[in-house]
Amino acid sequence: MTGTIPLQYFLIISTLMFFTGIYGFLTRKNLITMLMSIELILNSVNINFVAFNRYLYPDNLHGHFFSLIVIAVAAAEAAVAIAIIINIYRNFRSIDVDKVDEMKF
Amino acid sequence: MIDYTYTLLIPLIPFVVFLFTGLAGHKMKPMTSGLIGTTGLFAVTILSYLTAIRYFWTDHVEGAGYSSLKAFEIQWLHLTEKLTINLGVLLDPISVMMLVVVSTVSFMVHIYSLGYMKGDTGFARFYAFLSLFTFAMLGLVLATNIFQMYIFWELVGVSSFLLIGFYYEKPSAVAASKKAFIVTRFADLGFLIGILMLSFMTDTFDFQTLVSPTGPAMAQAGGAAFLGLSGITWALIFVFMGGAGKSAMFPLHIWLPDAMEGPTPVSALIHAATMVVAGVYLVARLFPVYSMVAPDALHVVAWVGGISSLFAAIIACTQTDIKRVLAYSTMSQIGYMMLALGVSGYGGHDGLGFMAGNFHLFTHAMFKALLFLGAGAIIHAVHSNDMRDMGGLRKYLPITHITFLIACLTIAGLPPLSGFFSKDEILVAAFHSNMPLFIIEFAVAGLTAFYMFRLYYSIFWGKDTHYHHTPHEAPATMTIPLLILAFGAVFSGFLPFHELVTSDGLPFEAHIEYAVAIPSVLIGILGIVIATLMYRKVSTSPAKLANGFGSFYTWAYHKFYMDEVYLFMTKKVIFNYISRPVAWFDRHIVDGFMNLIAHVIERSAYLIKGFQSGRIQQYGYVFVSGTIVLVIIFVYLW
Repeated sequence: MTGTIPLQYFLIISTLMFFTGIYGFLTRKNLITMLMSIELILNSVNINFVAFNRYLYPDNLHGHFFSLIVIAVAAAEAAVAIAIIINIYRNFRSIDVDKVDEMKF
Repeated sequence: MIDYTYTLLIPLIPFVVFLFTGLAGHKMKPMTSGLIGTTGLFAVTILSYLTAIRYFWTDHVEGAGYSSLKAFEIQWLHLTEKLTINLGVLLDPISVMMLVVVSTVSFMVHIYSLGYMKGDTGFARFYAFLSLFTFAMLGLVLATNIFQMYIFWELVGVSSFLLIGFYYEKPSAVAASKKAFIVTRFADLGFLIGILMLSFMTDTFDFQTLVSPTGPAMAQAGGAAFLGLSGITWALIFVFMGGAGKSAMFPLHIWLPDAMEGPTPVSALIHAATMVVAGVYLVARLFPVYSMVAPDALHVVAWVGGISSLFAAIIACTQTDIKRVLAYSTMSQIGYMMLALGVSGYGGHDGLGFMAGNFHLFTHAMFKALLFLGAGAIIHAVHSNDMRDMGGLRKYLPITHITFLIACLTIAGLPPLSGFFSKDEILVAAFHSNMPLFIIEFAVAGLTAFYMFRLYYSIFWGKDTHYHHTPHEAPATMTIPLLILAFGAVFSGFLPFHELVTSDGLPFEAHIEYAVAIPSVLIGILGIVIATLMYRKVSTSPAKLANGFGSFYTWAYHKFYMDEVYLFMTKKVIFNYISRPVAWFDRHIVDGFMNLIAHVIERSAYLIKGFQSGRIQQYGYVFVSGTIVLVIIFVYLW
């Protein structure tokens, strides 16, 4: 297995993606951007799955399957989330997350 | 054993009539509901008379004495193995006698009211209430245990309340009904305490067990002492407090004169003949216990009765409202009955007072109902309660005049009318056991004759008042009950009570004691003569006499300021020194504690409500930082 990329590299890149996603989710005010941040988080997890699968159990494909499931769920989630965002836009004439705070005390 | 189960119908018929007329009365013609009530009562009267005749004569074995028997009993409440409450029908001499009294007077009042209440807007309601009252009173009379008696006792109080406040548009009637209810309710508190004490000591509610000479009550004779009286004596004094409240004994009498705000037939039925003697009946019911274990309680009964009768007789001499005079007269006569029970011994000739008290209860019910119904006929004709608005009515109301005169002569105790026999027995009983009370009662006999004839002359003789429209005699529905009751008032004295209603159920020999009878008749005649001289013609002598008594007259005229004393006690003393601190405690301590809890919770809610901001990114911050903290804790610090 010489000449391959070490596991740490995958982990570093996925960690960076994960926290970029978290940062974006917590700071962006635009709902679409927040949705993209969530996709980043999910993809960082996918990288982890695939990387660990390759290094720990090279003969199995479970990690790949998980990644595929996550991608499918992410696609569905994106569809639902965009539908919600469109409805929010119709109600509030804005997709600014700070304006959507009706559900409070 | 002879079957008396049908007596269950006696209280049930009025109850059914009450439900029917009360629920459907407004859909019928008024007269229909009146006739239904009257018919029901007619059936009750027939059954009561049948029961009395069977119990006292046809089913009675000669010389065996009268025992009490339970015609019917079911268990109503099963609380514990030892504590159960039953409902049933108890027949013994006094309850059978009371059946006759209640059904007769109630029936007469039902007929009378057909005329008296005619055209009144509440006609159907009136009959429904009358039926309710009759049901409650019969249930009380027939109670097999003291708790059943208490239930019906309260029902009687409620129906009395409803009927006093019958004219609920009148503020005075509303005030009177509240007063009657509160005063009797206060007395019933004593009754309830008495019942609880009594049943705690004897483990039973049942009358037959309570009064049986070998029963548990008799074992309590000594008992724990409090203020020098045994426990059972206190229990019986508390029970008597309930009786005194219902029977308007001093000092719980203040509701009775005001209760005259109710329609006059109600005064005749409830506040003269039946409900107010419930206290006497109660003492008579428990008489063996009083007599054998608690003679001190019996002394209390005697003295309260004696003082009440004197007190009321004095006030009755000064009042001008004819119904109030009769109310005080009722109180005075009930005082007689209480006194008779109080001075009585148990068994044989010693039980003369017991017999005399019940005898007087019987005759009094007849002649006092007659007096009230007569007063109703007078009020019906004159449209006033005040005797100063009356005079010379004998020409206009011949039947009322005759019957009223008969009733006055009866209450004055002239032979051979019934009042003479019963009152004479009471005086004899007092004479043999308690001299001071005998003297009081002797004086009251004279006063009674005086105030009754003062009333009689002021209404039917005296000045020839000019009326706006000529008074006319009442319709036949009203005069017939008067005639029937007059018959009862004249002849009920010949009933052999000393053979029928005695303390131990065995007959004894009673005869007129001339040493007592002659002076008592003479003082009655003296009272009548004085009243005749003063009131038959218009004269100045009443005013002179009033002036002669000076401030005493003023005191009596204002009923010895008892109402004012009560007002002072309640408003100034109880409200200020008990109610107000209690209210303060409730408002500031009890409510304050609750408010404090609510306040603390509200404050803390304000503190933390910012967390629920509705901003998703804030939730995200909290979630992420929480996760990080947990990760740090679990990974590095654990």
